[in-house]
Amino acid sequence: MATWIRTIQLSVKSLLLHPLRSGLTVLGIFIGVASVIWLLAIGEGIGQKAQQQYASLGVQNIIVRTIKPSSDEVGDAGYGLTRNDFVRLVATVPTIEEALPIRVLSQEFRHKTRHFEGRLVGCTPQYAEVTALKQDFGRFISDADLDGERNYCVLAAESSGRLFPSGNSLGKQIMIDDEFYVVVGVMKPRAPSAGIGGSLAAEDFSRDVYVPITTLWRRIGDMVVVTKPGTFQRDINEISQITIRVDDRDRVLQTADIVRNTVAQEHTLADFGLTVPLELLQQAETTRLMFMLFLGMIAAISLVVGGIGIMNIMLATVTERTHEIGIRRALGAKRRDITRQFLVESTVLSIVGGLLGILGGLSCRHLSLLLRRALEHWFPTQMEALPDLVRTIEPQLVSWSIPLAFSISVVVGVVFGVYPALRAARLDPIEALRHE
Amino acid sequence: MPTTSTFAAQIHHLYKDYVLGGETVHALRDVSFDVPLGDYISIMGPSGSGKSTLLNLLGCLDRPTAGNFLLGEDDVSQFSDDELAETRATRIGFIFQSYNLLPALSVVENIEVPLYYSGRLNPAARARCRELADMVGLGPRLEHRPSQLSGGQQQRVAIARSLVNDPRFILADEPTGNLDSKTTSEILELLARLNAEGRTIIIVTHEPDVAEQTQRTIVLRDGQILSDERR
Repeated sequence: MATWIRTIQLSVKSLLLHPLRSGLTVLGIFIGVASVIWLLAIGEGIGQKAQQQYASLGVQNIIVRTIKPSSDEVGDAGYGLTRNDFVRLVATVPTIEEALPIRVLSQEFRHKTRHFEGRLVGCTPQYAEVTALKQDFGRFISDADLDGERNYCVLAAESSGRLFPSGNSLGKQIMIDDEFYVVVGVMKPRAPSAGIGGSLAAEDFSRDVYVPITTLWRRIGDMVVVTKPGTFQRDINEISQITIRVDDRDRVLQTADIVRNTVAQEHTLADFGLTVPLELLQQAETTRLMFMLFLGMIAAISLVVGGIGIMNIMLATVTERTHEIGIRRALGAKRRDITRQFLVESTVLSIVGGLLGILGGLSCRHLSLLLRRALEHWFPTQMEALPDLVRTIEPQLVSWSIPLAFSISVVVGVVFGVYPALRAARLDPIEALRHE
Repeated sequence: MPTTSTFAAQIHHLYKDYVLGGETVHALRDVSFDVPLGDYISIMGPSGSGKSTLLNLLGCLDRPTAGNFLLGEDDVSQFSDDELAETRATRIGFIFQSYNLLPALSVVENIEVPLYYSGRLNPAARARCRELADMVGLGPRLEHRPSQLSGGQQQRVAIARSLVNDPRFILADEPTGNLDSKTTSEILELLARLNAEGRTIIIVTHEPDVAEQTQRTIVLRDGQILSDERR
C-alpha cells in the first residue's frame, strides 16, 4: 500500500515536471469525458421532451379524428367520423373503456355588443379531465346537461374575459348561432400545448367555449356554411374527433387496429386518421436509444483520441526518460516496477482528465443555457428559425453517464499506457544508463 | 580456507562474449579475483580492455557468459532478471561518473530510491537517509533538487544513496571524472573515510591519481587481468 502511494506521489511529481505537456494530455481526456456526459445529456434531454409530448396525449388513449378530404372529393356530402361510427365502436370493441366524441367548430360568440371568434367545442363531461383543463368558477358540463341537450356552456378564461370584461360571467347568457346559452362555469387559463387534438401541433384552448355535444348536434347541426368572398361552401361533419381510452395499456396497439378496421368499413374516403400516442412513444424511445448510441459513439471516439494522446505523450516520455529508467533499473527497479510507474503515470493523467471532465459534464445545464442566450443575442433570426425542440433543448444529466465516462477514462489511461510502459520496462538497463 | 562470508565478492573464471555484427567479441576472458570485506580496489585499463563489461557484471546489470560471481554465498551468474534487480537494490551501492540522480526528486528522496525498490521504505529507514545526508555534509540541503547542487554535492548525494542499503560493496564508476581537482580530493577523502569505517569499495577509473588512493589495483588488458597488485 505504502509503495502504491509512493508510486503515485512519484508519478505526480514527474508529471508536474512538464506541466504544459501533462496539461494538454489531460485536456484530451477532459474533452472526451465531458463530451460523453454532455452528449448523453443532450440526447436524454431531447428524448425526454419528445416522450413528455407523447405521454401527455395519454399512453392508454387512441385518438381517431376527422381529416377533411379535398372539396371536389366530398362534394356536398358529409365527411369524417359519424355518430354511427361512434356507436359502432362503443358497441363492438370490448377493450374500449371510454370513448369521448368531440366536435369542434369555428364560431362567433356574442354577449350584448361584445363578440369574438373562437372555438366552439361540443364535448362530454370527461373532456376537461382528458385535456387537463382546470375549473376556475362554477362547474364543467355534466351528464345531465348531455342527456338533456341543455343550452349550457362553459367558457375558457380568455373567452370569459372577452365577453365579460368586468368579471363574473356565471349565470349570464351568451349567444351562439342565434341561440342563447347559459354560462355555468369558467376554466382556468391553460398554456397552449401539444394537446388531445390528435395532431401534435400546439392546441390553443384560450378562446374555447364548451357545450354538451348533444346540444351542439341538435341546435347547430352538422352543417357549417363557410363563406368566402365569391363562394360559399358547406361542411357536413358529425364528429371531429373520438378519444378512446383502452382498458389496458398492453391492448392499446391491438385495439387501435380493430378501431381502424371498424371505422374503415363504413368509409370510402380517406377522411379519418388515427393517432396512437403509445406507438409514438415507443418510436420516440427507439429514436432516443439510437440517438444516445450515436452520440455515445461520437463521445467514445473522442475518448479514444484522448487515449491516443496519452499513448503519444507516454511514448515520448519513455524515450526522453530512458536515462532515468536506466538509473532506476541500476538502483534495483524490477521490470514490473518500471511498468507500474509508467502505467500509474498514464492512469493519473487520465483520472485527472476524467475528474475534470466530470466537473465539465456537470456544468452542461448552465453552460448550455449560457450558450443558448449567447446565440439568441448574436443570431436572433437564425435561432428563431430553428425548430422548438432544438431551440429549447435542455440537457438532462444521465446519472449513469458519470461513472461510465469516468471508468472509460481510467480504462483508456491503462490500455493506452500499457504499451509505452512495457516498452520502458523492456529497455536494457546498461543501454538505458548509457543513453543521454 | 576462509569462509565465503569474509569476502564481499568472489569472481571465478569469468567470461563474457558479445556478438557484434555476426562476430563474437570476447570482452572478458577468464577473469578471477576475490574481494575481501573491507578492501578498497581500483580497476584500471585502457578503453576496450573490458573494464566496463566487468563493471556491468560486478554491478549485477548483466550476466556472464561463463564463470561464477559469488556475492556472499549466492552465485549471481545464475540469477534471473528480477533477482538481479533485487540484488542491485539490496546488496550493491552504485556511484556513477555523472551522479545519475533523479532530477524530479529532492536530495533525501534520491537517497531513498533503493529502499523504495527493495520495499524497505519505513520511518526508520527515512531517518537513516537523513543521517546519511548529514554524514556526506548535505544535512541543510535535504529538500534541494539535484539541479540546485554543485557537481561535488551531487556526487555526495550519490554516495549517500549508495550506502542506504548497507551494501556488501560500493561500486564506483569514474566517480571523480566530472569533478575539478579540489572536489575530486574531497570525494576521494570521503571514500577513504568510508573504507576506513569498514566499507568495501571498488572504483573503476582510468586516472592513476585516483588509483593511487586505493589499497589494490587490478589492471585489465584485452579482457584479461594484466596485474593485481596491493600497495
